[in-house]
Amino acid sequence: MEKFTTLTSRAIPLDIANVDTDQIIPARFLKATDKKGFGDNLFRDWRYNKEGSENVEFTLNQPKYAGNILVAGDNFGCGSSREHAAWALVGYGFKVIVSSFFADIFKGNALNNGLLPLQVSKNFLQHLMSEINADPKVKLRVDLRNQKISISSSKRFENFEIDAYKKTCLINGYDDIDYLLSKKEMITAFEAKKIY
Amino acid sequence: MSKKTLFDKVWDAHVVNTIKNGPQVLYIDKHLIHEVTSPQAFNELEARGIPVFRPNQIVATADHNTPTQNQDQPIKDDLSRKQLEQLSINCEKNNITLYQLGHKYNGIVHVMAPELGFTQPGMTMVCGDSHTSTHGAFGTIAFGIGTSQVAQVFASQCLLLTKPKSLRVTVNGRLKNGVLPKDVILYIISKLGTNSGTGFFCEYAGDVFQNMSMEGRMTVCNMSIEMGARGGMIAPDQTTFNYVKGRAYAPKGKDFEKKVAYWKTLPTDKGATFDKEYTFDAEDIEPMITYGTNPGMGIKISENIPTIKDSSFIKSLEYMNFEAGESLINTQINYVFIGSCTNSRIEDFRVAAQYVKGKQKADNVTAWLVPGSKQVEAQIIEEGLKTVFEQAGFELRQPGCSACLAMNDDKIPQGEYCVSTSNRNFEGRQGQGSRTILASPLVAAATAIAGKIVDVIENIETLEFA
Repeated sequence: MEKFTTLTSRAIPLDIANVDTDQIIPARFLKATDKKGFGDNLFRDWRYNKEGSENVEFTLNQPKYAGNILVAGDNFGCGSSREHAAWALVGYGFKVIVSSFFADIFKGNALNNGLLPLQVSKNFLQHLMSEINADPKVKLRVDLRNQKISISSSKRFENFEIDAYKKTCLINGYDDIDYLLSKKEMITAFEAKKIY
Repeated sequence: MSKKTLFDKVWDAHVVNTIKNGPQVLYIDKHLIHEVTSPQAFNELEARGIPVFRPNQIVATADHNTPTQNQDQPIKDDLSRKQLEQLSINCEKNNITLYQLGHKYNGIVHVMAPELGFTQPGMTMVCGDSHTSTHGAFGTIAFGIGTSQVAQVFASQCLLLTKPKSLRVTVNGRLKNGVLPKDVILYIISKLGTNSGTGFFCEYAGDVFQNMSMEGRMTVCNMSIEMGARGGMIAPDQTTFNYVKGRAYAPKGKDFEKKVAYWKTLPTDKGATFDKEYTFDAEDIEPMITYGTNPGMGIKISENIPTIKDSSFIKSLEYMNFEAGESLINTQINYVFIGSCTNSRIEDFRVAAQYVKGKQKADNVTAWLVPGSKQVEAQIIEEGLKTVFEQAGFELRQPGCSACLAMNDDKIPQGEYCVSTSNRNFEGRQGQGSRTILASPLVAAATAIAGKIVDVIENIETLEFA
């Protein structure tokens, strides 16, 4: 897994609540048996019109927006457990998703792919949206060690929470398999004395 | 001793280790896999040279990407066929039992596993599918996981998890005739919203759930994820034990008796506390439908769509082509789908057949009935329901996830409404541009007969639905 420590980038706003994983990557694109290429179909049915042309209204298609940070509405990633949603976001180039709330499974999937789901307060999210709208060139700085997200143009910032174990994993690029394999003996011993 | 919840008891019995100030290592008893979310996990293990640790605790089926017609013939779509072939190769290589397409035990993972007795009270179960919450109906900790976690379970039969908080939803009283388990869960989600359960594991309690069949309990627990909860559970009782007893992979004889004695210790202790509690009255629940693009956007059929000034709400109604404040009764419906891991068990088809018997499907309606498993399909035929459906003009297809997620050939066309017994009404969920209205099998059957949404309570006349 790729390491994550800090990122300074412009951000793309997606001011919609309850973005579900069917929107992030529709089921008809889940037929692949590897992790490649999902970025091409990220937000497919919002990004493209029915006949295949680009939907110029959609945020990802607006040339004024750019960057590796997606700033999205409340309850991002609800619905299906498909990790393809995280692969699609990473494949497109996102490294951080900012929202005021994340669905559980998506959050875990993102963390397992080096994609930081960064939860901010509703107020701060609104502030971010309006700053980006006012000036799409505004840069955000994400500092994982200090658990801080700041807006470069103003002095505004917010501290965010993250599970200490997951933070260590992201900073070092570790994944859970490495840890679990180191506990094999303990797991085998557990199996021998299960109480149920 | 401290009072424990059902969830606490099952969780605590599976903790292998706790990382200081971090997550716990949770042992997983049963791992269910299917073709869509497993291939990348197998690749991961192969690339790292890690063997599958406990292949005999894994059960595989093909369901999401399978056709529901001509299952005996080769699959036409190249990518779909390859994905299924990959599952067969992976299972064979790793000594995993696979109930592939056409096998007499094949079916939707959340229908076939309980049916075969793989699902038992007090277990921990996972699957790369968010509706794994279904198995909580047995008093099991069951939840959906991502593909990285599928790989973790392959490698170690464990997951690293932080214990979720606890939530209890209690519904007491007597349900009205025609109000089904699907209405109960749609009602709960409409009251609590789609993220009220996020970070929680939910227990459903009260006499409504105690009086429910296992099929009904599965329908309820299935949709726990639609309010954000990773899983939902119902305390195991005699109904549960009776269901499990005698199933192909359930414990037998003395073993079974020993298990039952243990299962009886699992229900939540009197006086145990929950982080969050909600209570509802059964009498207030009526047949439900959804009008928007998430499962929380539900109303009683007799109610009007609410008026909410919020951009996401307005966007949702625009997608559905509905107006705030309007009633959905008499809305013309051209597609009806009875199926999915929520409502494709025998009881669902019995209810639909009971309503449909002696009536004719409306001409404008295409109605697909898709059983959850080969066993359900066989039972539909054996009980004579197939004849009832065919005489009424319905099409009985072969088992699979079908039109629930538009991954296979069963898709609802652009702009069309579908009254569906599935679990998600997200934009495009049943096909690009399709518009889903979630409902119970009874409401779906009534819609198919009328060709439009009707107030089902007024239409059931002398029929009694248990």
